[in-house]
Amino acid sequence: MSKEVVIPFGPQHPVLPEPIHLDLVIEDEKVKQAIPSIGYVHRGLETLVEKREYPEYVYLAERICGICSFIHGATYCQGVEAVMNVEVPERALFLRTIWSEYSRLHSHLLWLGLAADGFGFENLFMDAWRLRESILDELEATTGGRVIQGSCKVGGVRRDIDSETLDEMVSRLEGLRGELSDLADVFLNDSSVKGRMKNVGILPAKEAYDYGAVGPTLRGSGVSSDARMIGYAAYGKIHFTPVTEDGCDCYSRCAVRAKEMFASIDIIKEAVQKIPDGPIEVKVTGKPEGEYFSRAEQPRGEVIHYVKGNGTRHLARHRVRTPTLTNIPPLVKMLEGCELADVPVIVLSIDPCIGCAER
Amino acid sequence: MPEDQPMTECTIEGLLPAVKAYHEKGYRLVQISCTKVDENFELSYCFDIDYHMVVLRLVVPAGTKVPSISGIYWGAFIYENENHDFFGVEFTGINIDFKGTLLRTAKKYPFSNISFREVESCQKK
Repeated sequence: MSKEVVIPFGPQHPVLPEPIHLDLVIEDEKVKQAIPSIGYVHRGLETLVEKREYPEYVYLAERICGICSFIHGATYCQGVEAVMNVEVPERALFLRTIWSEYSRLHSHLLWLGLAADGFGFENLFMDAWRLRESILDELEATTGGRVIQGSCKVGGVRRDIDSETLDEMVSRLEGLRGELSDLADVFLNDSSVKGRMKNVGILPAKEAYDYGAVGPTLRGSGVSSDARMIGYAAYGKIHFTPVTEDGCDCYSRCAVRAKEMFASIDIIKEAVQKIPDGPIEVKVTGKPEGEYFSRAEQPRGEVIHYVKGNGTRHLARHRVRTPTLTNIPPLVKMLEGCELADVPVIVLSIDPCIGCAER
Repeated sequence: MPEDQPMTECTIEGLLPAVKAYHEKGYRLVQISCTKVDENFELSYCFDIDYHMVVLRLVVPAGTKVPSISGIYWGAFIYENENHDFFGVEFTGINIDFKGTLLRTAKKYPFSNISFREVESCQKK
């Protein structure tokens, strides 16, 4: 008769760039239950809103995460602007959209590389990260920062991109499309990738929706849900259809990310065609009073920045609900009944960002 | 344009029926957040359907036991444990109750105390 044992997974593990701990209750080689615990990198960033005035806090909001930093900053600004009824110039909204999609591109390439590394395909890992460098170069050239961009502010953006540079960016992206296509082809068609990810970490559509999954974790289960469809920033003026896959497994979640890279290129291209001339910021004065749940689609899924002003220069509350936090319950369900050897791939498949989740 | 986010206030007795009604209509639980307002906890339950978000607001005095909604939305345990660990909100009947060990912070209930503004001189400058 088999016996239950508990195997600790993490907080330090070769597939985990950041610390999360799972107690895996194992019977033979099957996981019967996974109990997560976090708290290793909690920084208390939300409480710092009481120490920094709302325009300064953008810098902290951006530092919630080193991968989707721009989108954190932009979503926070969007929340404060909603509370203060600030009308942001349209050009700034388009620039935020362009930088957000560049962030998505480099985040997905980062994840594809980590996934390849996780299942032991080192060349693929290096190729994904090689391509990611060119996206980071564009971010650095246009914002001044590779990791923390610092280009978003309450009321607009700090930097403009001239039309000649925008055209050059599109042209470079078009040049990159072929290389990305070759990369995606390996992820989508290589037998070793399929063998490692197909039918692993099953999350049916209903369970994904009911358990609160977001982003590629939800869309990989065939549910078409993408916060960009709300139409925030300039997304309302851009034709866009969420990428979905209905395999409900790790492979589908990987396929969503691989295909979303091309959707991002299309969005950037259309945004560059439609970006209007005009100012990039408005002067914001006053003290926020009121509350708003600002949301946006990060590479990992929907993020919420709740801001509550109390009529002073300091917000009364800033709360961030990150996609990784809400993808933990679906992860717990995915792990139930899986093989122990599949745990690393399943954990990776939600693209966990623990720094984000713990703030 | 900011989203329209209608907010409904509810009582502690009305919480579970209201959440159940959202669940039956097919709403997704977006998040549960907490704000300490004076001696009260202000809990916001956000739900979404077809990109329309609604907010259910529950205000209770600190120390009140709040019924868990994890029997209706299974994934709610992550938010309820988080709000317990950060603020000390007591939830009853959580399906997976970490009893304060989900987020292991050095300080117990770090978000439940007075603000920095009241204790630090840098804000007076």
